[in-house]
Amino acid sequence: MESLVMRSGAWLLAALLAFFALAFSADSGFAIHMGIIMLAALIALWATMSGADYGAIARGVLRMPDPGRYDDDPIRWGVIATVFWGLAGFLVGLLIALQLAYPVLNLGLEWTTFGRLRPLHTSAVIFAFGGNALICTSFYIVQRTCRARLAFPALARFVFWGYQLFIVLAATGYLLGITEGKEYAEPEWYVDLWLTVVWVSYLAVFVGTIVKRSEPHIYVANWFFLSFIVTVAMLHLVNGLSMPVSLLGSKSYAAFSGVQDALTQWWYGHNAVGFFLTAGFLAMMYYFVPKQAERPIYSYRLSIIHFWSLIFLYIWAGPHHLHYTALPDWAQTLGMVFSVMLWMPSWGGMINGLMTLNGAWDKIRTDPIIRMMVMALAFYGMSTFEGPMMSIKSVNSLSHYTDWTIGHVHSGALGWNGMITFAALYYLTPRLWNRQRLYSLRMVNWHFWLSTVGIVLYAASMWVAGIMQGLMWREYGADGYLVYSFAEVVAAMFPMYLIRAAGGVLYLGGALVMAYNIWMTIAGQLRSEQPMTETPYNEAADRPLVPAAAE
Amino acid sequence: MSDYDALRHFADSWGLVFMGITFLILTAWPFLPGSRDRNRAAAHMIFDEEHDDG
Repeated sequence: MESLVMRSGAWLLAALLAFFALAFSADSGFAIHMGIIMLAALIALWATMSGADYGAIARGVLRMPDPGRYDDDPIRWGVIATVFWGLAGFLVGLLIALQLAYPVLNLGLEWTTFGRLRPLHTSAVIFAFGGNALICTSFYIVQRTCRARLAFPALARFVFWGYQLFIVLAATGYLLGITEGKEYAEPEWYVDLWLTVVWVSYLAVFVGTIVKRSEPHIYVANWFFLSFIVTVAMLHLVNGLSMPVSLLGSKSYAAFSGVQDALTQWWYGHNAVGFFLTAGFLAMMYYFVPKQAERPIYSYRLSIIHFWSLIFLYIWAGPHHLHYTALPDWAQTLGMVFSVMLWMPSWGGMINGLMTLNGAWDKIRTDPIIRMMVMALAFYGMSTFEGPMMSIKSVNSLSHYTDWTIGHVHSGALGWNGMITFAALYYLTPRLWNRQRLYSLRMVNWHFWLSTVGIVLYAASMWVAGIMQGLMWREYGADGYLVYSFAEVVAAMFPMYLIRAAGGVLYLGGALVMAYNIWMTIAGQLRSEQPMTETPYNEAADRPLVPAAAE
Repeated sequence: MSDYDALRHFADSWGLVFMGITFLILTAWPFLPGSRDRNRAAAHMIFDEEHDDG
């Protein structure tokens, strides 16, 4: 009872502090954020007080979790959060795609302009959808491969809820115009500090679970997860270095300036792709692909070489975002060379994942979840070929600042990250809620085709738009003047923008099908449907040949 | 010599050598004798029949 009072008191104190910060805030955005934090603390206070088992406390019984079961509650919440944030992020993505085609959709309000909704979209899909998927799958996989319950269960719950608060603060901040203006690191200093606390707690839970493992070997998926958690912590701390103007205001200035700031920013930005969107999702691949295929990984040795090559090379590739800028030429070349070398470990990983199906290729026909995983690996391979190619300076001189980059990012994000996450969610849901199977495997198949066609429309239209845009920008006439004005190039891309938006509609539609399927699975329903394969059997022909009696 | 020059020269000399050797040792590790069985066991550990984890 005393600890309950203490905890409630701490939440009340947090709410009071947020209230005072609100009252004395230097700007309205900071005040709104402090209001959100106060609300979150009050909700936590209410949950602490109403969730306590007063009967057990009165009898002096301590309710202990069952040590014979894995600690799966935060993972169940994570699955639901991943689906929710995925839908939100895809929807905002579709809206901003349509804003580019029809500017009237900016609605004439500062909060709904493209400039504010775009970081909302990128953060929602990368950090809210992807981040929740990474946190919940890492908690699932680390427990299973270490055969140990999560270390620090209370801290694991704090990681989940603290991360959701980070997402809400970041998202509302973008709409209010609170931003550091750094790609994929837009949140301001106090939200950055909060994320640091959450992330260090995440590291503690993950490493703590590995330390108390009952398996001697640490499975390779955990190597990838650990490199992702540690590197993101390092990137976030360095890139987020800034000086707030006021301790009760939302504005801060970066510790770096000029080209140093740009390089720090892209060292962060590219490794956010390399360690958040690649290493972390490869960890999912190294567990879920073998489990779903019911075959061990093709080559464990290759997975270790893949791991070291990927982390040794990725960290140097960032300068390729700054070709033909004030960055020293040798640094640009270094970024380009490491990006090209990075092609090899990426394809090593793709081959390792795909060849896991060696001898069981028929599963692509019969198991739509495997089909999604194979498509994810195929897009991993395609985008990790396209990326090094675009980092070559002569290619980059055409592709940079065009929509080709957008197409490249989305073939990786929708194809690789999205598809492997959907497959992991389909793998996890029936197991976490102890259901016989998914509500519908056929609907997984619909999801697969909606997503795939959506990605193809997206990537193809952005290739055309990007290359056309790049060529039109550099087109000189005989008199030495540029042939096209900027606005003419924008107008020429209109049809491609519509095709891209159509791809987004299909991808969002697929995600809605998934949300319904997962919802019904959790509800315990089974859709009566034809199975994905029939058992070919002819009873009439299944007879021994009886010799005819001699006449 | 400025800090920039000093760091830049360290990066393309001893820093590069250190990184290269560390990388080679780490990637040679799975080729050590006897690692074939260890790798096989590690690849199969997620399928332990006695501890079926679903």
